[in-house]
Parts: sequence; structure tokens; C-alpha cells
Amino acid sequence: MSLNEIASLHPFFQLAPLVVFLPVLGLLINLLVGRRLGEKGIGAVASLATGGAFVVAVLLAVGLAQVSEGGTLTLANWITLGDLGVSWSFRIDTLSVLMMLVVSGVGTLIHIYSIGYMHSDVRHNEDPGRFRRFFVYLNLFIAFMMVLVSSDNFLMLFVGWEGVGLCSYLLIGFWFEKGADGIGNARAAKKAFVVNRIGDFGLLIALFLLFYNFGTLNFAEIFEKAPAVAAAAPGAIMAITLFMLLGVTGKSAQLPLFVWLPDAMAGPTPVSALIHAATMVTAGVYLVARSQALYFEVPAAQNVVMWVGALTALFAATIAVGQNDIKKVLAYSTISQLGFMVTAVGMGATVAGMFHLTTHAFFKALLFLGAGSVILGVEHGHAHAHTKEMEHGHDSFDPQDMRQMGGLRKRMPLTFIVYLIGALALAGIAPLAGFFSKDEILAAANEKSVGVYVVLTAAAFLTAFYMGRQLLMVFFGKPRSGASEKAAESPLLVTLPLVILALLSFFGGALNLPGSHLLETWLEHSLAEAAPGEFVLTVALISLGIALLGLLLAWLVYGRKPLFEKGQPDPLSRPLNGLFKALENKWWVDELYHAVIVRPYQSISQFSAGAVDQGVIDGLVNGMGSLVRSGAKAWRRFQNGYIRSYALTIVFGVVLVITYLVLR
Amino acid sequence: MNFGIHPLLLVTFSPLVGVLVILFLKSQQKKAIRWTALATALVTFAISLWVLAQFQPGTADMQLELRVPWLRLDGLAIDFYMGVDGLSILMVLLTALLTPIAILSTWSAVEDRVKGFMIFFLLLEVGMTGVFLALDLVLFYVFWEFTLIPMYFLIGIWGGERRIYAAVKFFLFTMAGSLLMLLAILVIGFQTGTFAWSDLLAKRELFAAAQTWFFLAFGLAFAIKVPMFPLHTWLPDAHVEAPTAGSVILAGVLLKMGAYGFLRFNLPLFPEATVKFAPYLAILAIIGIIYGAAVSYAQKDMKKLVAYSSVSHLGFVVLGTFALTTQSVSGSVLQMVNHGLSTGALFLIVGMLYERRHTREMSAFGGVWKVVPVMGALMLVVTLSSMGLPGLNGFVGEFTILLGSFGSRVLGSPWFAGVATLGVILAAVYLLVMFEKVFLGPVKVEANLALKDLSVREIFTLVPLLILIFWIGLYPQPFFNLINPSVENLVSMVSSTLLAVH
Repeated sequence: MSLNEIASLHPFFQLAPLVVFLPVLGLLINLLVGRRLGEKGIGAVASLATGGAFVVAVLLAVGLAQVSEGGTLTLANWITLGDLGVSWSFRIDTLSVLMMLVVSGVGTLIHIYSIGYMHSDVRHNEDPGRFRRFFVYLNLFIAFMMVLVSSDNFLMLFVGWEGVGLCSYLLIGFWFEKGADGIGNARAAKKAFVVNRIGDFGLLIALFLLFYNFGTLNFAEIFEKAPAVAAAAPGAIMAITLFMLLGVTGKSAQLPLFVWLPDAMAGPTPVSALIHAATMVTAGVYLVARSQALYFEVPAAQNVVMWVGALTALFAATIAVGQNDIKKVLAYSTISQLGFMVTAVGMGATVAGMFHLTTHAFFKALLFLGAGSVILGVEHGHAHAHTKEMEHGHDSFDPQDMRQMGGLRKRMPLTFIVYLIGALALAGIAPLAGFFSKDEILAAANEKSVGVYVVLTAAAFLTAFYMGRQLLMVFFGKPRSGASEKAAESPLLVTLPLVILALLSFFGGALNLPGSHLLETWLEHSLAEAAPGEFVLTVALISLGIALLGLLLAWLVYGRKPLFEKGQPDPLSRPLNGLFKALENKWWVDELYHAVIVRPYQSISQFSAGAVDQGVIDGLVNGMGSLVRSGAKAWRRFQNGYIRSYALTIVFGVVLVITYLVLR
Repeated sequence: MNFGIHPLLLVTFSPLVGVLVILFLKSQQKKAIRWTALATALVTFAISLWVLAQFQPGTADMQLELRVPWLRLDGLAIDFYMGVDGLSILMVLLTALLTPIAILSTWSAVEDRVKGFMIFFLLLEVGMTGVFLALDLVLFYVFWEFTLIPMYFLIGIWGGERRIYAAVKFFLFTMAGSLLMLLAILVIGFQTGTFAWSDLLAKRELFAAAQTWFFLAFGLAFAIKVPMFPLHTWLPDAHVEAPTAGSVILAGVLLKMGAYGFLRFNLPLFPEATVKFAPYLAILAIIGIIYGAAVSYAQKDMKKLVAYSSVSHLGFVVLGTFALTTQSVSGSVLQMVNHGLSTGALFLIVGMLYERRHTREMSAFGGVWKVVPVMGALMLVVTLSSMGLPGLNGFVGEFTILLGSFGSRVLGSPWFAGVATLGVILAAVYLLVMFEKVFLGPVKVEANLALKDLSVREIFTLVPLLILIFWIGLYPQPFFNLINPSVENLVSMVSSTLLAVH
């Protein structure tokens, strides 16, 4: 549709491109004149750009409330080649606008938070000039994320998909000279990009298959034809959905490609909150939700998606139990929660998946930002307690190590309260947001497959346990280092977004309360089949009981007798023994991949460059060269310039000829 | 405005004016020589834009044709026959764009024998433009061989330590390939009585019987130039030893002559043989993609890494060419331009680092983004462009090539494109490794702390490339509009034989 046509549907719809262009405008302003604006100005420009995108998303939502089927706005013809035609179009429907609201809403809060956080961070890392760069990257991320969620075809979605991957790369490696050996952060960034590229490979193949089976990459046309194509070529749809799943496992950090996300915590904390918890990593969930029409045609693929999600949920939850880095716990928790969402959309419980995506964006962003506030506070405390500890020689202080925290409840009361709300919401305690969304997924699983239900419930139990462990280690007991003894509450710019997110995490469940089903009625205009999620009282009670049990167990282990010093072994390490070691070492998955993928490729590459390329191929070429040269050298003897030897040669020749003639 | 001279003549031979002026300058007048060369190249670029303005997109026909009798060979007419269509227009523009950029990059890099350098450089431009415009086989061959001579001297005189070895290797490789092509050209000429491309197209049946041999003879020359695996080993040596400007032109334009040759001659003149050999060439192309990427990853020298990356990137171009679909062939033509832009820019930046530190070993660097932020940011964009990030030029080419190849009827299997798509992962590996080793991490070598960021001149050499990198990436349609009609025509011509074969 053109601008005029879409405006006639609803005047607000023509604003859609602004969700991309406002962040682009923001980053251009900061790029060009940011140096003159100062930190406050840069932060304001970037936050206003994202906030503006949020306002536009709200207006689109208002428009959709009146014209619920939405529309598509075509901006430009991007590539037309033969029978391939792709335009840059904005699809305005309830699903895409929901994503826009989450991305720009949570995004704006994180932008505001970042003004305060990065003010300290750039000073802590001794390069204040990089403040501007951070906000340029953040706005770029929002722009690409909007391209991803607003696209009306798979190619533009892919553009956004790889674009957010780039921003993730840039922001993980934001302090590219820091980390282990000074290169750790850069390595983490590279790992994230390469692992995601493996997923993108799958998505690209899915795109090719889509094009040849449907003749288009346009969402609406593909979803419309899905039943017909599925009837004609069921194998093709199977292949499409599974290759797409490979892309999902990359971007949404599922088994087997989840390994990049924990390392991605090398990025500044607001990045972990925005990109690696609330928005980008949910792109895979969005993709499956968007492609429901395809997945519904192949139940086998649905089962695969469902099990990948469920196993990831449990697997990552086990690892989270063994981590001591405050952000690593949250990272594995994110992988686990993404597993819940993927399970949901895999089962066809799309609304439940999107519901959990939304509430998770609230409480996980809250938790990460809360963790950031804790880190700021501890760093502050460390700076004040610094002189004393420095006398002991090298500075081994890690502001993210939960073993060095403890008792922060008293030093940072506001952070504690909001963190508690986030943790309880994640653990699934009623009536917080996480309870309702997780419960919907569990209820759907209970109906679909007992196995998945059991696995998810186990993961839910572990979730409550590791969040209880984290709360107790960070906020309770006694301070276990000078830094946490002297920790201080963070400034308002940091805590204000926390409070807003805490409110959202508390009341977010209202989005889709049993009985009202607000989100359900909202999304049913975009989804192929939106089966109403059921509220099963027994499932709800069991999950609540499991969550309380997890918290109770955490209290028994970490609360009754709190940790007293930082070097103390984890109370679980003795009873679980080898198992805990496996959890601490993340089941050695990184080591496994290194041994079976990275090292072999390195050897192949060395072998190709050395033995094959320099040895065989170039050897043959040079060999031919030297053969010619030595042949020429040998022949040169005859060209010695002496007439007598030429004469001899002639005589020799004549004799030969005569002999031949005679003997003939 | 054209002073009565045909635009194609003007765009081809205008660098000679500069050569003439430089001949009359003293060797000590380096500044005057440089400015003359740059001005000449810029004027040539302006003329190429004027050619573009006269070019009608939307038609597959040969345009601005110029055909005058030239020589007679044993009663056979050899014409001075030139023309431009969708396959060549962008190549001409690319040549005219990269030449002034390369010349500007030598400002401080080439201090020795500037006069000779600039003369050879401008002569090289004449040869390259001629190759892309010539439509008479003999004329094409003359231009083709002519490019060898200036390049040979550019590597051999202004190159690095092993320049003689590299120059001779470059010369012999290319020469060996083109001799067979010359033989084939002569045989075809005597069989049909003409060397003109359009006449040959009409009289294809006359030499159809022996087209397998003709295809191979032409193909060998082109495959060496591209270069296709396993004929690529001249390339890393030539690149490493060549001066920066030489590498830019070598990667940016000279390699494209091979891929262009396939499109201009092999496909339309020998369609049955093309269809027959397509799967084999596609396999070699895919080996090139994967192998080039793997070998790149093992390199310690930046220039060598970029050189091997060309083997990988050009593999995509060849794959697209022989997949013979509208998308894949158009993608290939665009990817030739893309590779010229991104690899040209990569070589420029590597050259800038070399000028500062006199080494190209990646281990001598590390963490320099912090010291030279502008260079770091531009290198990042170029690196991303080279690895095919959406929004930048490389993606558009790679995507259309892979999409087109995936459903190619000539190749007959999606496996070709499927395996080639793995190259997308491997490209990210070796390019990000280079970026990491050079620009990220802490500064470990003291000398790097004093690195100077880009000068205004250096920024000027990169900005035109960056503009195009973004333009093609964000809005490729105008470029496809130029390419596509000729490609569609070519593809339908070859596929009609495919129908006949089956």
C-alpha cells in the first residue's frame, strides 16, 4: 500500500517508518555533532529518538485498536530481479506493533538508565570519549530491531536480523581492549557474531527454500499459500521450518548454539539488559511466532522446536545454579527462559510465548539493570575501600563476583527491593508477571506433552532455586569484601528506570490475566490460530508450589547459614560433588566445541595454506618452472658459441640422416 | 562536447593525453607528474559518467557502438569495434573510479621513479577499459595482453622484496592462458570469416561443433585471471609484492576481466559447452569459496589474507555466472563491482598501515582502533561490507548469487548454493579475526601508540568507495536496472540451448 492508501485506513499508520527513522536520526545527530552536545545532550538525543519511536508505536497501537487488521506500507522497491521482487515495507499488525512496543518501551528506559550507568562506566574504564559511541550503537540497534520486527517479508527481516547481530558484536566488544588478556571482550564479540552466522546460514537456506517453493518472500503470500504448498511438498515445509529453527537457535541462544550468550555478558550491563535479555534474543521467538502458519503444517517440526526449547530451558537452568558471576547467572537464566518461549511457540501456544516474551522483557531487563546498579555500587565501594586492599599487592577485585558481595540489602535498599520483585517475578511467584506467563506455557505443555511439562517444571524449580541463591548471596548475610561493605546506592537516573520496570514486572501479568485475555484478543488478528490459553488451577498451584519449594531450598542452603567469607566453597559443592563441578564448568560445552569444531578447522586451514597451497599447488607450478629451466640449462650446452662444436653437431646430423637413408 | 570523438574512444584513450603530458615533464617534477596523472584519471572518470548518461538502461542491446575497419589479416577484416551494454557499463565505471583512487593512494607511498609509475598506471587504464569495451576478438585480445605489460612493470619495479619472482609468475601464468585463447580466436576467425562479436553470435552454428575446445581455450585464460582454484597461486604472490595501488587495481579490475570474459564470450558464443561445463566450473568455484576462506584464515600477513579472500569472493562470482539464472548472473555482475569496492578499500587500508609501520604482519599490530579511531571505524565498515553484512553492498551481491544458484536448472541441485552459503560463515571468521588482531585488544607494540590517524588525502581515497558501499547496500535497484536487461537476454539465450539439450 502507498502512503495515501494506508492513511485512509488509519491516519496513524502512515507514521510507521518513523520507528526506524527516528533512531537513525538520533544516531546521525550524535555522530555528527555529538561531540559538542556533552554527555547529557548525547543521552537526551538518543533517549528522545528511542522514546519517539515508542510514541509512534503507541500511536500505531491506538490505530490498531480501531482498525484491527492493520495494513502494509510500502516504502521502496528494494530488489527486483527477474521473478524476485522484494520491497521495503512496514507491516503494521498487532504482532509487529507488540514487538515495537516492547523494543522501544524497554529500550527507552534502558537508554535513560544508560546515561547514568555509562557516565560511571566510561570513567571506570578511563575513556570518557566512548560515551557517545555507546549511544550511537544503541540507536543503531533500535533501528535494526525495528526493521526486523516491522518487515513484511523474510528478506528485510533478515536484514534486521543480521543488523542487530552487528550491534550485538559492537556492544559486546565495546571495551575491546578489556577482558581476559585484554582480548577477552573482543573474542566474546567475535564468538557471538560467528555463532550467529551459523544460525544465519540456516535462515538463509530457509529463505532460498521459501522463494523456490512459494515464488515470493512476502509474509502474507507465503502464509496464505502454506496449506497448499504443504499438501504438495510436505518435505519442503519441513526443511524450511527446520533450517529456520537453526537460525532461531543462533539468535535466541538455544541448544546447540547458545554458547555465545554467556560470553556476551562482556558488554556493558545496559547492553546485556536490552540486547541480550529483553529484545534481540527474542527475535527467534518472534520469527517462529510470525511463521506459525508454516509450523502448523508440520507437527514434526513443531515437536522439534518444542523439545529444543524445553531441553534448553532445563539445561541452562542447571548451569545457572553453578555460576558465581551475577551477570552469568542472569545470562543462563535468559537462555532458560528463552527456552520456555521457544517451547511455547513450538507447541503452537503462540500467545503464551509472546506473553512470556513481554513479561520476561520487563523482569529480566529489571534484573540486569538491577545487577548493573549493584555493580556500580560495589565499584563505588571498591574505590572507597581501594587504598586498603591495594596494599596486598595485585588487584584481583571482580565487581561481578557474588562471592565478594553479601549484605547489600542494607547498603542499597532501593536496588534490593526492585531486584527482589524481579527475582520473584522470574521465579514465578503469584501474582507477579512471570507467574501468569510461565503458567500459561506450563498449562499448554501439560496438554500437549507430559514429557515437556515435566522438563519445564523441573526448569521452573531450578529457576526459583538459583534466583533464591542469587538473592541470598548478593543481598543477605554479611558483606564479604571491603567493596560491598562500602557499597552505595546508585543515582536517580539509574534507579528511576528500575522502579518503572519493577512496576511493570509486578503488574505485567494483567496483560493476559485468566478471564480477561487482553493479549489474546489483541494478537488474534495477526496469528493464524490463536487457541485461547487455558487457566488450569492444578497446574498453577503446582508451579507456584514448585517455585516456593525452590526458594525454600535456596534458603536452606544459602540463607540459614549465610556465606561468611569470599574464599569459601559453595555449600552445594560438597553434596553434589562432581555434578557441581560440571555445572560450574557449564558442562564443558565450550571445550567440546573447541575440540570438535574450532581446532579441526584451524588444522584444516593450516594444512590447506601450507601443505596444499604452498606445497602441492604452488610446488607444481614452481616445479614446472624449474623443469623448464633445467631443461633449458641442459640444452644450453649445445649453444656454446664454438664453431667446432656446431660443426661436430652438423656432421653428427648428416651421419644420422645418411644412416637413415641407407638403412631404409 | 565530444569534440567529434566517439564517447567510447574518448573514455578509453583519454589517459593517453596524460601520458603525453607526463612524458614532457622532468622526472624530478614529482608533484606535477602526480597531479597530471590524477587530473587525467579524474577527467576520464568524468567521461565515463558522461558515457553512463548516454547509456539507455532498460534495453539489452549493445549501445554506443563504434565499428570501423582496422586491419586486414589474410583477407579477413579486423574491425575496431567497441560497444557497451549492461555487462560492461559498470566495469568501465569501476575502472574509471578506481584508477584515480589508486593514483591518490600513491602520493606518499611511491617516491621512486614517479614518472614511470604514472605512465604505466595510465597505460594500464587504457588497456583495462579497452578490454571491457572491445567487441572484436582480435581487438579484445590486444587490449587483454596489453594490460599485462604495465602491470608487469608495476609489480616488477615498484614491488616488494620478491617482486621479480611475483612479476614473472604473474606474466607467465596469464600468458600461458591467453596463448590458447589466441589460437582459438584465430581458428574461429578463419572458420567464420569474422572476428566481430555480433557477427559471431549470428554465425554460431559455423563453429558449434568444436565449441567444447573453444570453450576450454577461452575458459583457461579467463579462469587463470579470475583466478579459479587451482590456478590461483600467482595471485597471493602478485598481491603481496605489488605496491598498494597495483593491488587495488589488480583485485578491483584485473580479476574482473576474467569473470567478464566468461560472461561476454564463453556464455553467448559457446552456450552448449557452457551448459555442459557449468556444474564442473561451479564445483571449482565452490572449492574456491571454501578453500580460499580456509587459507585466508591461516594467514599472518594482512595482504595475503585479503588476497586469498579474493579467491573466495570471486568463487561466488563464478558460481553465479554458471548457475545461469537472472538473479545469479546479475548478482555476479554486481558482486564484481562490490568486490572491487570492498577489496580495493581493504587493500588501501592495509597499505596505509604498511606506510606507517612498514609491516603487514598482523602480530605487529593489535588494539590500534583506540589509537586511530577514524581508520578503525572505516576499516570496520569495509570489513563488514566484505563479509556481506546486509545494508552494505556485499550482501546484495552474495544473496542474489546464492538465491539464484539455489534454484539453478543448469546446476540442477540446491547443494551447490547450499555448500557455497557456508562461505558466508567462513568469511565472517577470517575477516573478524583480522579485525580483531589488528584493531581490537590492547596496544601491545609500543610503535603503534604513535600511529597517526588518517590524513585528509587518505580519507578522500576511501570516501568514494564508502559512499558506493552504502549506496549499493541500501538501494541496489538502480544498479540492477543497468545490469539486468543484458543479463536477462544472455540468460534466455543460453537457457534456450538448455531446452534444446534436454
